[in-house]
Amino acid sequence: MPSLKDLRNRIASVKATQKITKAMQMVAAAKLRRAQTAAEAARPYAERMDKVLANIAAGVGAGAQVPALLSGNGKSDVHLLVVFTSERGLCGAFNSSIVRLAREHINQLLGQGKTVKILCVGKKGYDQLRRQFEKHILELIELRSLKTIGYVNADAIGKKIIGMFEGAEFDVCTLFYSRFRSVIAQIPTAQQVIPALVPAQSGAPTSYDYEPEENEILTTLLPRNISVQVFRALLENAASEQGARMSAMDSATRNAGEMIKKQTLKYNRSRQAMITKELIEIISGAEAL
Amino acid sequence: MAAFHFELVSPEKLLFSGSVEQVVVPGSEGEFAVLKDHAPVISTMRAGIVTVSESASKTQRLFVRGGFVDVSDKGLVILAEEAIPVEQLDLAQIEAQIKDAEEDLNDARSDESKAAARDKLAQLGEVKRVLGH
Repeated sequence: MPSLKDLRNRIASVKATQKITKAMQMVAAAKLRRAQTAAEAARPYAERMDKVLANIAAGVGAGAQVPALLSGNGKSDVHLLVVFTSERGLCGAFNSSIVRLAREHINQLLGQGKTVKILCVGKKGYDQLRRQFEKHILELIELRSLKTIGYVNADAIGKKIIGMFEGAEFDVCTLFYSRFRSVIAQIPTAQQVIPALVPAQSGAPTSYDYEPEENEILTTLLPRNISVQVFRALLENAASEQGARMSAMDSATRNAGEMIKKQTLKYNRSRQAMITKELIEIISGAEAL
Repeated sequence: MAAFHFELVSPEKLLFSGSVEQVVVPGSEGEFAVLKDHAPVISTMRAGIVTVSESASKTQRLFVRGGFVDVSDKGLVILAEEAIPVEQLDLAQIEAQIKDAEEDLNDARSDESKAAARDKLAQLGEVKRVLGH
């Protein structure tokens, strides 16, 4: 049976924790709003990019030489997995669910006898994957020092991926990130970017004039597309992270509240019990006289 | 003049969406104007100024740094790498960028990166010229 002082201390400490989680929840809510606007603002570009790409791809489909970024290099032996996670913890199952999805893929690929290479963006995913797949991990890219994610950062990662592809270091590239649906729903997603998965075109393709040549446009458009997809993944992930943190901290605050209620009840009960006990002692002492 | 649909998007945001009468685009092989019912074209852009005419009296100018132009029967879509309305450009900032580009040109080893730096310098010079007036 804990003493009254112990109970008082415990209540005080839970209250302090609750204050922290409450503050974190509010910070996450403010950040979420910004991240969400950024993610939503980036969507039109990615969508138009998809459309333009689909238009061109439909046009060149018959041509002889299609760039490798679009059609792949014909092999699928070496897979590059780019795993986007957060830099900080305390955001519920956000990182674990992305890592779980990636891990399933890795195990499946390894089971098929393929070579797997992993590029980690974000420290948390690296920490989790390192335990099992240390020798597959090529590099960890940390974005911790960045306040806001700019297209420049995504472009740097995109260029790195393309450089590796051109150096024939992998055949297929897949991005793992969390798509932001709402504050309570973030969907871990695997998206293949090399070879590019072009959405099917409905209706007859428009016959375009190309300026400069078709292939020249494709060779600039495709690398750009990779960077844009990376950018989108980063932004979606940032919004998802804040959403996940907000709901995690919300439930933590609620749990702390419940715990305080329970402990206070217990504290009051034992205080009352002590008073009653003392009274009984006094009364029975008086009666004995 | 007849109006058509025009959209200008950069990775960060959607800058313009609406109907316009004429858009002048800095294509990589020369500037061209797009009017309603322009033949479908896909082109790359160099850095330069996009002039958007919503009506004869209402014109807007935006600086874009490279990207793609897609003209189809549904209208004109510009995918810009970066787009800034001209009013928000800062001459001092451009000059700093020119300086950077000059340094890049001096540092460049391969012919390719040298050509890229020279291109960039020429583009920035163009922007400066436009701003100067």
